[in-house]
Amino acid sequence: MNDTASADNDLECSGVCKNFGSVQAVKDISFEIPSGTFFSILGPSGCGKTTLMRMIAGFEDPDAGDILIKGRSVLKVRPNRRNVKMVFQHLALFPMMDVFDNIAYGLRCIGTDRDEVKRKVQDVLDRVALPDVGSREIHQLSGGQKQRIAIARCMVLDPDVLLLDEPLGALDLKLREAMKIELKLLQHQFDTTFVYITHDQSEALVMSDRVAVMNSGSFEQIGNPQELYHRPKTAFVAGFVGDANRWSGKVDQSDGGELVIETEAGMAVQCRAGANASISAGQKVEVFVRPEFIKLNRSAPTTSKASSLTGTVDNLLFNGANSRALVRLGSGDLVEVDVTLTGGTEDVAPGEIVGLTWSPENAVCFAQVSG
Amino acid sequence: MKNRDAKRLTLILLFAPFALWIVLLILLPHIGMGVLSLREKVAPRVYEFGFDNYLDFFREPIYWHILSRTAGISIVVTFLALIIGFPVSYYIAKIAGPRSKGALFMFCLIPLWVSDLIRAFGWILLLRETGAISGILQWTGLVSQPVEFLYNDAAVIVGLVYTVMLFMIVPLTSTLEGMDDAMVEAGYNLGGNGFTVLRRIIIPYAMPGIVSGCIIVFMMTAGSYLTPVLLGGKYSSWFTQTIYDQFITRYNWESGAAFGFLLLIFTSLVVWIGLKLSGQSLSTTVARS
Repeated sequence: MNDTASADNDLECSGVCKNFGSVQAVKDISFEIPSGTFFSILGPSGCGKTTLMRMIAGFEDPDAGDILIKGRSVLKVRPNRRNVKMVFQHLALFPMMDVFDNIAYGLRCIGTDRDEVKRKVQDVLDRVALPDVGSREIHQLSGGQKQRIAIARCMVLDPDVLLLDEPLGALDLKLREAMKIELKLLQHQFDTTFVYITHDQSEALVMSDRVAVMNSGSFEQIGNPQELYHRPKTAFVAGFVGDANRWSGKVDQSDGGELVIETEAGMAVQCRAGANASISAGQKVEVFVRPEFIKLNRSAPTTSKASSLTGTVDNLLFNGANSRALVRLGSGDLVEVDVTLTGGTEDVAPGEIVGLTWSPENAVCFAQVSG
Repeated sequence: MKNRDAKRLTLILLFAPFALWIVLLILLPHIGMGVLSLREKVAPRVYEFGFDNYLDFFREPIYWHILSRTAGISIVVTFLALIIGFPVSYYIAKIAGPRSKGALFMFCLIPLWVSDLIRAFGWILLLRETGAISGILQWTGLVSQPVEFLYNDAAVIVGLVYTVMLFMIVPLTSTLEGMDDAMVEAGYNLGGNGFTVLRRIIIPYAMPGIVSGCIIVFMMTAGSYLTPVLLGGKYSSWFTQTIYDQFITRYNWESGAAFGFLLLIFTSLVVWIGLKLSGQSLSTTVARS
């Protein structure tokens, strides 16, 4: 990691560790974020993502490693001197100030003169499309407006990196969907590096240019959303990002890239080994198949190349375009399959006997971690 | 219909003790005092309606002097209680862990288990000529003869601050506890230093608690009797002492009643000015905490 390479990166972490007592919250994390990227850190709660963000903001000191912003180490820089701004989980807008003063707070801290403050605040309010709310009190704003003011309060200071700590968590579903798109557009408009922390995989996939999947203190995989979804490198990523049918079993045959797995219930599944995993016959593995890659055949399957199984439709889970069928196989396993339900008489009905096929390309297996 | 009657009865029963308290112990005595204060003594056992008792207060500069002195020292006491109480409250509300929080609160409460009188005597034991502090100073050789620390304004202020401290800490702690830690962090994150965060975020947030603590402390101090008399001596010139003198020593109830009202009006005025200056109202401060 030499200096010339890191100059293009807004944020860079190398070997960052943090322990709380005997608990290792963050274990040796290294990554770099090029300028203008929407970068998400996705992980279940308690995986250490908030600790990592607090270290970047300066509220915690790492036990080891270095954090560089615009190529310069900030370990010795106090939080109020770092040009990294943060949107807090509950936004932390100041309730005793109106919108204008909330946004002007940061500018006044660095001693901007009055006219300049006025101009910049109005400018940022225009950019978040709330030009007339300056004199309003915080409690008079709606959830989405508060969100935008919290972002405006940071963006008015022109930060190198904007950190967002699950800011959509408190919003209701409809608003959250709308804010996802809006955040992406805002990031594009401000052209600033956003680091977004979330446990919601759809937020990460929809908005991000790059996503890091974090689990118990370390990064499992960094990549763009499509890579993570289609080419997961670990079992955790395959299971956490998107929905998948998951079976554990034993490798029956291993020939070149393709494997045949026998699941615990006795079903034979053809699949490929997950990236950079060498799997040999007899090993215990986990197989992941996404519901949308499974084809549901209403007549008996004929192809011999693909994995094909027969089962009975147990239940239909109607959810508009994301409807699923639960198919119980002869072996007793339940398989989730995406289906299209049009509401007509042609639809699959519970009790029907169907065939399931998928190409081995779309079934991924990983060696089972003991324990 | 019956249900509504029962509800009404419950309300009346619940409200009765409160109404009795207000009417019998607050309203009636004050009306009595008001009537009393407006009686002018024109001859032995002959009274007329008039404002003479109030005018007496303004005619005699000593009374005016004592009242303003009482108010001045009370303001100093309030201010000191705030300066000392704020860091303590901040520590209890924001820095201490959940377990030590309870213990610290307990420590603040313990002095209240002892009566005012005993606490004042405690200070006397420390501060008098033959007391602990004087003794230690002589023992270390800093002074050559006994020093009297009692019977001056400083002793009165120290004693009063000690007495009222808890009433400042409780409302402040409860207000500060409601403050999200993220707000302070946001204050730093957006570029503020420690002083800016205190001035622009913590203090404005705690303002309702500060004002309600100050009102309680100021009213208690201005109306206190025991501590100024015991620690300040006979001539500590506290206004309540003047009222006591009128009632008990001079047996001039009319004048005492008038002075009582003047103290009430004057302290209310100070509180009102304080509320105006801080931009708060009674409903956002005392009523909330």
